[in-house]
Amino acid sequence: MSDKKLGKAGCFYDIYERSATANKDVTHYCPGCGHGVLHKLIAEAIDDFGIREKTILISPVGCSVFAYYYFRVGNIQCAHGRAPAVATGIKRVYPQSIVISYQGDGDLAAIGGNNILQAANRGENITVFFVNNAIYGMTGGQMAPTTLIGQKTTTTPRGRSQINEGYPMKIAELFSALEAPVYIERVALTDPKNTNKVRRAVRKALKTQMENKGFSLVEVLSACPSGWKMSSVQAKEWIDEAMVKHFPLGVFKDRTEEVQPSEAKRHVFNADDLHKKLDIPQNIQASREIRRTASSNIGQNARIIIAGFGGQGILLLGVGLAQAGMQAGYQVSWIPSYGPEMRGGTANCHVNLSDKRIGSPIVSKPDVLIVMNLPSLDKFEDCVQAGGLIVYDTSLIKKSPRRMDVSALGIPATEIADELGNARVANMVMLGALIAETSIIDKEVVFDALPDFIKRKNLISLNKQAIEKGIEFADSLVSVA
Amino acid sequence: MPRQLIKGNEAVVKGAILAGCRFFFGYPITPASEIAEAAAYYMPLAGGTFLQAESEIASINMVYGAASGGVRAMTASSSPGISLKQEGISYCAGSELPLVVIDIMRGGPGLGNIAPEQSDYNQMVKGGGHGNYKLLVLAPNSAQEMCDLTMLAFELADMYQNPAVVLADGFVGQMMEPVKFPQPVKKLEDKPWAIHADKDDEFRLISSIQLEPEILEQHNRHLQAKYARAEQQEVRFEEYQAEDAELILVGYGVVSRILYSAVDNLRAEGLQVGLHRPISLWPFPKRRIAQLAETVDAFLAVELSNGQMVDDVRLAVNGARPVHFYNRMGGMVPSPEEISDHVKKILKA
Ligand SMILES: Cc1ncc(C[n+]2csc(CCOP(=O)(O)OP(=O)(O)O)c2C)c(N)n1
Ligand code: SF4
Ligand SMILES: [Mg+2]
Repeated sequence: MSDKKLGKAGCFYDIYERSATANKDVTHYCPGCGHGVLHKLIAEAIDDFGIREKTILISPVGCSVFAYYYFRVGNIQCAHGRAPAVATGIKRVYPQSIVISYQGDGDLAAIGGNNILQAANRGENITVFFVNNAIYGMTGGQMAPTTLIGQKTTTTPRGRSQINEGYPMKIAELFSALEAPVYIERVALTDPKNTNKVRRAVRKALKTQMENKGFSLVEVLSACPSGWKMSSVQAKEWIDEAMVKHFPLGVFKDRTEEVQPSEAKRHVFNADDLHKKLDIPQNIQASREIRRTASSNIGQNARIIIAGFGGQGILLLGVGLAQAGMQAGYQVSWIPSYGPEMRGGTANCHVNLSDKRIGSPIVSKPDVLIVMNLPSLDKFEDCVQAGGLIVYDTSLIKKSPRRMDVSALGIPATEIADELGNARVANMVMLGALIAETSIIDKEVVFDALPDFIKRKNLISLNKQAIEKGIEFADSLVSVA
Repeated sequence: MPRQLIKGNEAVVKGAILAGCRFFFGYPITPASEIAEAAAYYMPLAGGTFLQAESEIASINMVYGAASGGVRAMTASSSPGISLKQEGISYCAGSELPLVVIDIMRGGPGLGNIAPEQSDYNQMVKGGGHGNYKLLVLAPNSAQEMCDLTMLAFELADMYQNPAVVLADGFVGQMMEPVKFPQPVKKLEDKPWAIHADKDDEFRLISSIQLEPEILEQHNRHLQAKYARAEQQEVRFEEYQAEDAELILVGYGVVSRILYSAVDNLRAEGLQVGLHRPISLWPFPKRRIAQLAETVDAFLAVELSNGQMVDDVRLAVNGARPVHFYNRMGGMVPSPEEISDHVKKILKA
């Protein structure tokens, strides 16, 4: 029982108040268990380095889930396998802290395999102590990913077979293939000489983190006499004889000399100038809230569907309309084609401009339909409200709408845009035609809104030209009539 | 204050940052990806951290870690990703960690599709993970509320030391509307229980394990008492034309927007129809609905699901009045006219 007491390292609580067992002086580990010894070596290193107050220990599920009974540090207990993710979270909050992820083989190599792999690959500046005892200790001795071939466990009653269960996983070797890890070593808790190597590895791994050099992982071959159904002495022999053969000891990766320490800047909360940082408009816009011209003939509530091919700038045309509509003082909403609609390279969006609160943002019966290809005209023509308006691109749609109870405005938008030197502004030609035909938004408001929806500054004047051309075209039709 | 035309998903991120959140961990999924993308862009500008995790499991556990450190932290996903987060959410509730999860619901089950549904109601409102816990669930129906309710979610999470959820459908996430952004939270209260990486950490423990049944029962009772308090204080709803209504439509999220239009259409035809829109899905406005049941003739719950919220309406009405149900699924969304027709059928029957 001598190793059931963790001794007087300052990094251990004097009395294990959090322990569920009656005797608050001894650990819950079985006699001969490697966990207790490793705890001691870690605690001594923390004491010697003077880092106890800034150390945070993550204990996921496994026999060491109760590490928080003992370590006098910041403790976070977490879900099975997730310690590296939790460690990542807390380390990002306290980059100056020392974060330890203490994991068993089931935890690290099975259920949490991807979490540790990705944390290692990100090069998180954390220290991982990986207790390889070739078994699931806590749940009563089932197979682990590190269980040896032939080893009997409660779930490999005839011994592990590579045919059914595959080979034991060599974590230290596997992780050494990654670029980011700085230090990876495999050690064994057996005789004093090996234990001394564990002590050194523990220190080096913590030191690596203290120096902000990056990710380190120490794989510790560790006895589980209960799970293995052996005496403590037999268990240590079995590590030396059987485990070390498959899991050779040694340093697998050491870049501690070559890596440059990163800067561990303490996170400081700052809420200054947030609106500016978040691109939230300050006050420019308010002065621009110009009412639309009164002569709109679409009415109080324009429900608009805009449709065409993907790549024609359909969604942007809708955003522009909504943006300008907002600046003209309307309630507005915009919804992109989305879900079942989003097939076959077609795009559509729904825009509402209204004087009242907008109910459904989804337009089922549009007052205005803007279409830039034939399939869209075919698809939406029937749902336009009687008395509504269809604006269509005659460059691409070679037939007129069938409906006699709606107005139609055909405009060769793509050709006009081509003449301007860029077919992609056909959408803005359509926008120009719409506002000329309906007077729904004053063109000055639309021009004002341009920088808010055309992100590339050098394209603003071209888009403006396109809108002008659309307006001209629609006006010319009116004057002819 | 000027308004900004912005997608609901982006409004979530700006709202979160204005609420003092500086840590975002996520994994891409349509129709929630704009949240991760906006967080990737804005978090660093606000002095915060964005990290694309390896999975939803990892991201909720990263939030678990960050929230353990006492900061405001969040993650966002859509239905299949939320399924993966459920274990982590249960741990967060068990360990009493305040944090915010955004769910932009899409079609299911399985991979389903990316179109809007409301079929995560059960997994968020009833508890999709194991154990006796509740989440504070808020259901926005506009881009403005995507901002406002995200901010509120952070307040509630801290107040109750419990995960809070913003549950929206794909349309509310994808929709652009004008938003007025409020002033930022300038200072956050210290959380003495949280890990600080300082000398007092030896007294601090973030954990959900408790071996002793007696003590775990106590812990559960403590959680239930907290939830009972929230049920008293955190019920939120909105009503429209409900005062003299003979039939009350019940719906949340984008459905409630469609129902406003339906109510207008039906009122224009002289039918006395109103809307009750739960904003807090948990705690559910059950007392208010029970009250309505005393005066109205019937209810019609409308959902983009197989009928999940309607169970709560039925529990609240408790047999006093008929509760009808109308639904679409798979990304199909009813038009106001479709709802109106259904209402007229009910009223005729
Ligand atoms: C999600 C989940 N699955 C399964 C378990 C049950 N469980 C607890 S510990 C454990 C295995 C732990 O083995 P290992 O990580 O090797 O730690 P050891 O006890 O051997 O130190 C399992 C499967 C759990 N707690 N959570
Ligand atoms: S079961 Fe094995 S790992 Fe667990 S405490 Fe006992 S000896 Fe240690
Ligand atoms: Mg093990």
